[in-house]
Amino acid sequence: MSMMQQITLGQYLPGKSVVHRLDPRTKLLMAFGFIMVLFIITAGWVEYGILGLAALLIIYTAKLPLGMVLRGLRPILIILSLTIVLHIFSTRTGTLLFRLWFLEVYSGGVNQGFLLAARLVLLVLSTSVLTLTTSPIALTDAIEFVLKPFKRIGLPAHELAMMMTIALRFIPTLIEEAERIMKAQLARGADFESGGLIKRAKSLLPLLVPLFISAFRRADELAMAMEARCYRGGDGRTKFKVLRYTKLDFYAWTCFVAVSALAFYVSYAL
Amino acid sequence: MPIKLEQVDFVYAGGSPFERAALKGINLSFLDGEFVGIIGQTGSGKSTLVQMLNGLLKPTRGTVTVNGLVTTAKGVKLKSLRQEVGLVFQFAEYQLFAETVAADVAFGPENQGVPASEIAERVDQALLNVGLPLEIKERSPFELSGGQMRRVAIAGVLAMNPKVLILDEPTAGLDPRGRDEILSRIRELHRQRGITVILVSHSMEDVARLVDRLVVIHGGQIVYDATPREVFAHGSSLKTYGLGVPQATEVLGLLKAKGWAVPEVALTLDEARQAIVRAYQLRRELA
Ligand SMILES: Nc1ncnc2c1ncn2[C@@H]1O[C@H](COP(=O)(O)OP(=O)(O)O)[C@@H](O)[C@H]1O
Ligand SMILES: [Mg+2]
Repeated sequence: MSMMQQITLGQYLPGKSVVHRLDPRTKLLMAFGFIMVLFIITAGWVEYGILGLAALLIIYTAKLPLGMVLRGLRPILIILSLTIVLHIFSTRTGTLLFRLWFLEVYSGGVNQGFLLAARLVLLVLSTSVLTLTTSPIALTDAIEFVLKPFKRIGLPAHELAMMMTIALRFIPTLIEEAERIMKAQLARGADFESGGLIKRAKSLLPLLVPLFISAFRRADELAMAMEARCYRGGDGRTKFKVLRYTKLDFYAWTCFVAVSALAFYVSYAL
Repeated sequence: MPIKLEQVDFVYAGGSPFERAALKGINLSFLDGEFVGIIGQTGSGKSTLVQMLNGLLKPTRGTVTVNGLVTTAKGVKLKSLRQEVGLVFQFAEYQLFAETVAADVAFGPENQGVPASEIAERVDQALLNVGLPLEIKERSPFELSGGQMRRVAIAGVLAMNPKVLILDEPTAGLDPRGRDEILSRIRELHRQRGITVILVSHSMEDVARLVDRLVVIHGGQIVYDATPREVFAHGSSLKTYGLGVPQATEVLGLLKAKGWAVPEVALTLDEARQAIVRAYQLRRELA
């Protein structure tokens, strides 16, 4: 099994769906807004149900394979179980459900634990959907746009966005490279798995040294190539792909506002 | 160390949207002492194929049997298998990591648990085998030239004394001199040690003169498995697989089309020259 397959978080799945075609700024701000709503509304099953349904609808519209989206949750499985377990054993509200030796489990704790877990799941889902449907380049364009107002207080928006673009661009390359070097050393009888901590750390050297050397070489080559094409930062730089809002974005925002309003209504007015 | 592949399929990233079938229904076997070339366009599956041969990749379907061991069987000792089947990766110089050339070449035998005294001997032997002077031993591998680094990497695999040596595009990115040097060393090795050599390449010029048997792969499938002469006789269909024939053969083909009495295939320039001279004299006599 290759490493590439295990990393779904931050991966882009090209497509032509409505969600894919939205302006990246819309998607970025919506994901951000979704998370805000998630934290502002009071935790409750109806509220989270509405948001969860909206998320599922978006996943369906974007034609994302559900299995792949759910696989993005794998890295937070430990945090999720920890959240649930801690709440079950520490919150003492509601009725006493059962007693396990000295541990007492209350209905409030179970409820609270699962609600918080649901919030975490929704949080990760919203960012997964964002990255799965938005190419890294479009995403950094959007980030640059969002950061632009902060330029006045000295935030290097363009440089940050460029750094992100480059980092995102090279993550798969470096993973591939790591895999290749690992295989090359395995072919020479290297053993990355057995032995104690020190032996295992030492066994990583034949992997890490070539990987760092190649990363530095790539950085060097890239810097040279950018300079050769007269790159000199963001001032006066125009864009090849100019971001433009369309009707789609308008509809999307309408839906977003409607869903948020509904969630707020359920949360505070009822 | 005979190697046998039966009905081998291999799929990268199976089950994900990025799924990609790299090998389809491969049947192939390698006998002891053979010198085999594997040739195909970039992306045809050559690297995937050779990684099957020492268990780095395992077939999605079908079986790979190395010296009677099936690589997909439970509890098979892949580490010992990898010592018998040495694989030099594409751009092998990127695997160098140690402070000195000697230490890097010694990495393989050390992992094998070879005693220190023997390691030193093996390192010297391997460096000589790839045509590097022993003075180089205490230098850092990173201050060598690209061609020298490549040869250090090959020596690193040779030092494990493999019974089968697989080289994945050992000449890619080298200048003509570096290329000829490495190829002639490989031929020497095959002759001296009598080991099986599997040479992967996308260049006909490289393999034509060296190998006894040529396997042509296209789109993950084997399209030819024959002697170089037999393969090159299919000049035009090779072009559809993105491959050319050696220049010597190409020239003869052009002459033949003009009605010259030359054979269809020549593997070396010398062979082509003799054939052309003979045909020329024949024409003069007729005229
Ligand atoms: N690690 C990988 N993950 C996914 N696909 C791969 C990987 N390595 C190779 N491939 C794909 O498998 C096919 C065969 O590749 P490869 O065996 O490297 O060909 P070659 O060595 O002949 O250039 C190509 O289409 C390539 O894109
Ligand atoms: Mg290859």
